[in-house]
Amino acid sequence: MFKIVKREEMSQGTVVLNEIAAPLIAKKAKPGQFVILKANETGERIPLTMAYTDAQKGIIAVIYQVVGKSTALFKTLKVGEGYQDAIGPLGKATHIEKLGKVVCVGGGTGVAVLHPITRGMKEAGNHVTAVIGARTKDLLILEDFMRAASHELHVCTDDGSYGRHGFVTHALKDILDKEKINLVVAIGPVPMMKFVSKLTKEYNVPTMVSLNPIMVDGTGMCGGCRVSVGGKTKFACVDGPEFDGHQVDFDELMLRLQAYCEDEKACHNEFCRMEEMGRK
Amino acid sequence: MAVETAAKEKKQKKERVRMPEQAPKVRARNFIEVPTGYTPEMAKEEASRCLQCKNPGCVDGCPVGIDIPGFIKLILEGNFTQSIRHIWKQNSLPAVCGRVCPQESQCEGKCILAKKGEPVAIGNLERFAADWERANGTGALPPTAPATGKRIAVVGAGPAGLTVAGDLIQKGHDVSVFEAFHKPGGVLLYGIPEFRLPKDIVAQEVNFLERLGVKVECNAVVGRTVSLDELFEEGYQAIFLGLGAGLPKFMNIPGENLVGVLSANEYLTRANLMKAYLFPKVDTPIPRGKDVVVLGGGNVAMDSARTALRLGADRVRLVYRRSRDEMPARAAEAHHAEEEGIEFFLLTNPTRYIGNEKGRLTGMECIKMELGEPDASGRRRPVPVKGSEIELPCDLCIVAVGTGANPLLTSSTPDLKINKWGYIEADPKTGKTLKKGVWAGGDIVTGSATVILAMGAGRNAANSIHDYLMRGW
Repeated sequence: MFKIVKREEMSQGTVVLNEIAAPLIAKKAKPGQFVILKANETGERIPLTMAYTDAQKGIIAVIYQVVGKSTALFKTLKVGEGYQDAIGPLGKATHIEKLGKVVCVGGGTGVAVLHPITRGMKEAGNHVTAVIGARTKDLLILEDFMRAASHELHVCTDDGSYGRHGFVTHALKDILDKEKINLVVAIGPVPMMKFVSKLTKEYNVPTMVSLNPIMVDGTGMCGGCRVSVGGKTKFACVDGPEFDGHQVDFDELMLRLQAYCEDEKACHNEFCRMEEMGRK
Repeated sequence: MAVETAAKEKKQKKERVRMPEQAPKVRARNFIEVPTGYTPEMAKEEASRCLQCKNPGCVDGCPVGIDIPGFIKLILEGNFTQSIRHIWKQNSLPAVCGRVCPQESQCEGKCILAKKGEPVAIGNLERFAADWERANGTGALPPTAPATGKRIAVVGAGPAGLTVAGDLIQKGHDVSVFEAFHKPGGVLLYGIPEFRLPKDIVAQEVNFLERLGVKVECNAVVGRTVSLDELFEEGYQAIFLGLGAGLPKFMNIPGENLVGVLSANEYLTRANLMKAYLFPKVDTPIPRGKDVVVLGGGNVAMDSARTALRLGADRVRLVYRRSRDEMPARAAEAHHAEEEGIEFFLLTNPTRYIGNEKGRLTGMECIKMELGEPDASGRRRPVPVKGSEIELPCDLCIVAVGTGANPLLTSSTPDLKINKWGYIEADPKTGKTLKKGVWAGGDIVTGSATVILAMGAGRNAANSIHDYLMRGW
């Protein structure tokens, strides 16, 4: 078993952080890579990009949003309990190098994945501006971490309850208008990555996105995670998860993410009903 | 002489004992194993058909050289316990091989009885011996050699890796198997469906190896979690790579990324490893197509088609670009599939997938083919017939047109030499690679083949590893 050593709820309990004891994975993991977690015997294999790792303590951290049955099940796991299976590190690590000026844009739990990349970019000698956003103030995560990891931080909320009123793309546009940027890293919900990439294309700024499509094995075997990049089919698990945002077919990705939508909804509702009954 | 001939003639007249199986209409809707197995009486009756040839062709036909007349004789004598022990000397996975080997082109194909009638049902008898041991055996293990203190890492818990592990543990070595999935078995687990190879049989075969002392570490992606050089640093003296050919091939035709188009690897892994046919009792979903098309003509295509039927499809069509004669599937599988109602669309090739505005598959366009001149494989090359396009409506398409080499390990291990298809270069006799102390065998060397060929490669590599450990590279 892979024990949970620390657990924290964020975003009004819709987002959960787990630090998990997985020394072999922690030893090897690099920013941008993911793990596959499976809670129990009947559980699903869920890929999650790691938020941070500590090789010395032998821990990896994931931050996930509760969206379906599997993540709802993850949420029930307490400190001292754990995952039956943890596999990784998988995927290619982020290519971190000194480029000059880098903007890191994150939305939702994407901020968790963005954080180690932001820090890595800063440590590599880049001037790093971070832009993070959420629907509303209470859903923002890792603001302090992102502030520490970057040179300057812009915070946006869709409803204006905190920071700048508007989408991350608005803040990004202002930055792009002001100065020459060498790279944009965008990680978050697919529509966010799509619109960031659309914007940066106009400014001709290279843009890297991190994708999280449906997958089973995470080692190149199933092909469930295929995405169209520059008109070619790529497997996100082994060719990615990071790709050139200007080449990714985001519309196709959004449709593919809906593949099991109805099954998942039914499964999740049933799980919530059982949980509710358990509580009563 | 005359007496012997007469005896042979008498034996030949005995008909092959059919293994009982579930009726096609019944089994097409459940995941329970199709053939239900011989009773001891049936096994003895079938064993009595064996002529006990002095120079048996069957043994030559077996990639791992099982003493077939030997174990059949023991069955005939009712000594089932010794029979399975006799098989174990050459084969650590008999319950698997009895079920999934292509016997018609191996042992049974070379049986003398096959010349005039039906061969001895060697596969069925092997299965019987293994099943009998599982149900009634004492659990007594075969003897192992004294410990040598040598440590071997086996990468991949599929048929090749398990064979290496079984052979080397019996020779007294310390063996650890590293498996990327969360359960051992490789293709036996994720690829071959429950109705053809029950998963508790795979688990028991692995458990047999564990009882012999083999250590199995799951969730270990060698090349990611740990590298080959790190395994050597940890004290392993030899490494066997039985990675399998895991990369699914697609058709590369328009529409392939529509929702509803899956590789057979994904479809079968969901169904078999993740047991998604039990969804929502398990958490992994699987698309339940009503109108299903399967592309390909091999065993994997048959497995996919039959799985689709069991998941509630109204209609399953198998689209294969060559003719029935060229189909690579085991005869029994194609036969079972047809019996269950799978429709074969032969000499037909897909040209594009058709989808709706939600990005979901609604059909596919195919073109009729005719056979032209033989190609490099010696099979007549199918060529499209102009203007013969047809449209097949479907809501699920499973692509079972083969697999390629998975580059996950080889790309992170530059001193392993690979060929132009990405398969590892290894000596065909010993499995030795060009990296010192590393052997490879099975699909990652040959490309997709059969369970028993992978086991044969494992056997050869195990012998070579043993020589190396005792004598040097």
